[in-house]
Amino acid sequence: MMREIDLTEGDIRQLNRILQRRDGNEDANFTVTNPMGRHALAAGLMHDIKVQIDGHVGYYCGGMNKHASITVDGNAGVGVAENMMSGLVRVKGDASQSAGATGHGGLLVVEGNASSRCGISMKGIDIVVQGSVGHNSAFMAQSGHLVICGDADDGLGDSIYEAVIYLRGEARGLGADCIEKEMTDDHRATLKGLLDRAGIVADAQDFRRYGSARQLYNFKIDNVGAY
Amino acid sequence: MSQDHPDLRESYLFDRPTIRDIQRAADKGIYHIRGGGAKRRLPHFDDLVFLGASISRYPLEGYRESCGTDVTLGSRHAQKPLKIDIPITIAGMSFGSLSANAKEALGRGASEVGTSTTTGDGGMTQEERGHSSKLVYQYLPSRYGMNPDDLRKADAIEVVIGQGAKPGGGGMLLGQKISDRVAEMRDLPKNIDQRSACRHPDWTGPDDLEIKIRELREITDWQVPIYVKVGATRTYYDTMLAVKSGADVIVVDGMQGGTGATQDCFIEHVGIPTLPAVRLAAEALQELGLHRTGVQLIVSGGIRCGADVAKAIALGADAVSIGTAALIALGDNRPDLAEEYAKLGSAPGFYDDWQAGRDPAGITTQDPELSKRLDPVQAGHRLANFLRVLTLEAQTLARACGKSHVHNLEPEDLNALTIEAAAMAKVPLAGTGWIPGQGF
Ligand SMILES: Cc1cc2nc3c(=O)[nH]c(=O)nc-3n(C[C@H](O)[C@H](O)[C@H](O)COP(=O)(O)O)c2cc1C
Repeated sequence: MMREIDLTEGDIRQLNRILQRRDGNEDANFTVTNPMGRHALAAGLMHDIKVQIDGHVGYYCGGMNKHASITVDGNAGVGVAENMMSGLVRVKGDASQSAGATGHGGLLVVEGNASSRCGISMKGIDIVVQGSVGHNSAFMAQSGHLVICGDADDGLGDSIYEAVIYLRGEARGLGADCIEKEMTDDHRATLKGLLDRAGIVADAQDFRRYGSARQLYNFKIDNVGAY
Repeated sequence: MSQDHPDLRESYLFDRPTIRDIQRAADKGIYHIRGGGAKRRLPHFDDLVFLGASISRYPLEGYRESCGTDVTLGSRHAQKPLKIDIPITIAGMSFGSLSANAKEALGRGASEVGTSTTTGDGGMTQEERGHSSKLVYQYLPSRYGMNPDDLRKADAIEVVIGQGAKPGGGGMLLGQKISDRVAEMRDLPKNIDQRSACRHPDWTGPDDLEIKIRELREITDWQVPIYVKVGATRTYYDTMLAVKSGADVIVVDGMQGGTGATQDCFIEHVGIPTLPAVRLAAEALQELGLHRTGVQLIVSGGIRCGADVAKAIALGADAVSIGTAALIALGDNRPDLAEEYAKLGSAPGFYDDWQAGRDPAGITTQDPELSKRLDPVQAGHRLANFLRVLTLEAQTLARACGKSHVHNLEPEDLNALTIEAAAMAKVPLAGTGWIPGQGF
């Protein structure tokens, strides 16, 4: 059974208490209406539930999510799915800066474009963006995958660690220590798996792979210009 | 120097440490990274004295009349404010910079005397949570090890914006300190230098911070206090902005504050001393009508003894926080390690290569053999002893000023010994009514 929560007058704290099941409910399907760009919607969820949000959301929607599947039928503000641990967050519109920042697990799908710093400091999350991403995406990205079906602005993968970037379009510029790497069949299989999970139709053959040159892993004075 | 070479005159500008620094830089081609805080002489609490009781004020009897030391932190928004029995807490020091045994010892020592300890860059360890009855969880730019389960296990959350040793700087854990466990907790490969970002990845500025704090409250169901920690720089404005952003507690760390590993030039040249910082933060809270009522102030950076504690409180802090002194209490820089320090080119009283991971005391290391040398039970007890002494000393001074709670200490109880300290602490120069900058 689907439970509808209208935020026209509702308060975020009450909404999150329900979605976190702090009130003891065992509902598994929610629709949230009239989110009106408010912040921290569906943050800190802990259970395998489905949440559909009809409209635009503000900052940190789905922040630190565990297990839940959250769909935003609109655009998302800064830090959607930040520090996500597991589960799924899908944004049907565009996402603002720092989408999926520091995420440890789970899947973030952005069906539109994502702004700058998408996947910043990601730590294991998988992110699939159907459109393009802004500058410094995957900055200091530690692990996980960032799939970009469109283009990337300057500074892609700056100071990247072991995260892997798959890019279909063009990167305006690569950040420090980020290089193009060979795309093997294994990589194409991984990428296909990610696209399938995200429900996005694209041919893995069309993508290139980027990752760390590992030149900045230990401080060397010869690299000082890159720090 | 003139004792060694009575006929030679050393340059003030190019003194021997300066010459050595230049030689070191020319040898190595890289800046000097070390642990600890600023080493140069700075205006500090030593430059203040308590006035004590007199004909117009009467003191309290040392052993009979009580002098309270308890502090409640976070009563502004948290459903469960953190109550500590003494006005001294253990500052955030990362697992990574410190060994697991050291973290456990800090937890044990703090718990023994009813105060809190704090995680650090690198996440929460079981040892620490298990042995700390009150644990503050840091929320740092790196977000290493950050997860909602640990967040909900915390008794308070500290959003770290800066540290006194390096306001505006990120962190660096050198490859030699990255054990398997540290690497795993941080989701990074072993043996590489782990940099911690200097800015948070998903917010900038006070308006965003307010939204971030609300998110953290939503995730933790508004139960626990949220602190904001800043390095002392533009402290008056930072305090105002942190309060506006919804912080329950402001933590201000002066430039003497210790660090696990930072460039020496950063430690010595960025930030303002603890002395003016306390006053600026307290003034901001007073102006907002929240001092000693709505928002608490924790001050750190060079707190070594009960007199420092009492003076910080008199200038407006609700509690202080200690890092370096706690490590010394655990056993850092012990004289019986002289031979081992000598092998590392150091000596008891000087050892500050906390970044290097070869600490013979087993504290600032991830080497399993070295770590084993620190017995967490014994070291924890030593820390508890030290915390008791700090508390007794602070009480002694408060009673001498006639105060039945340390929080009743006030600037009016203090005089300054130097013009600089008078100006920074805004208390009169001893023997005068003069506070530089105020009216004259
Ligand atoms: C070994 C060590 C590690 C530290 N790690 C952190 C940290 O992870 N996060 C943080 O906010 N501050 C860190 N600090 C700073 C302390 O939290 C605190 O601000 C400082 O030690 C206080 O000054 P004091 O050392 O003079 O007492 C560290 C300090 C030391 C000595």
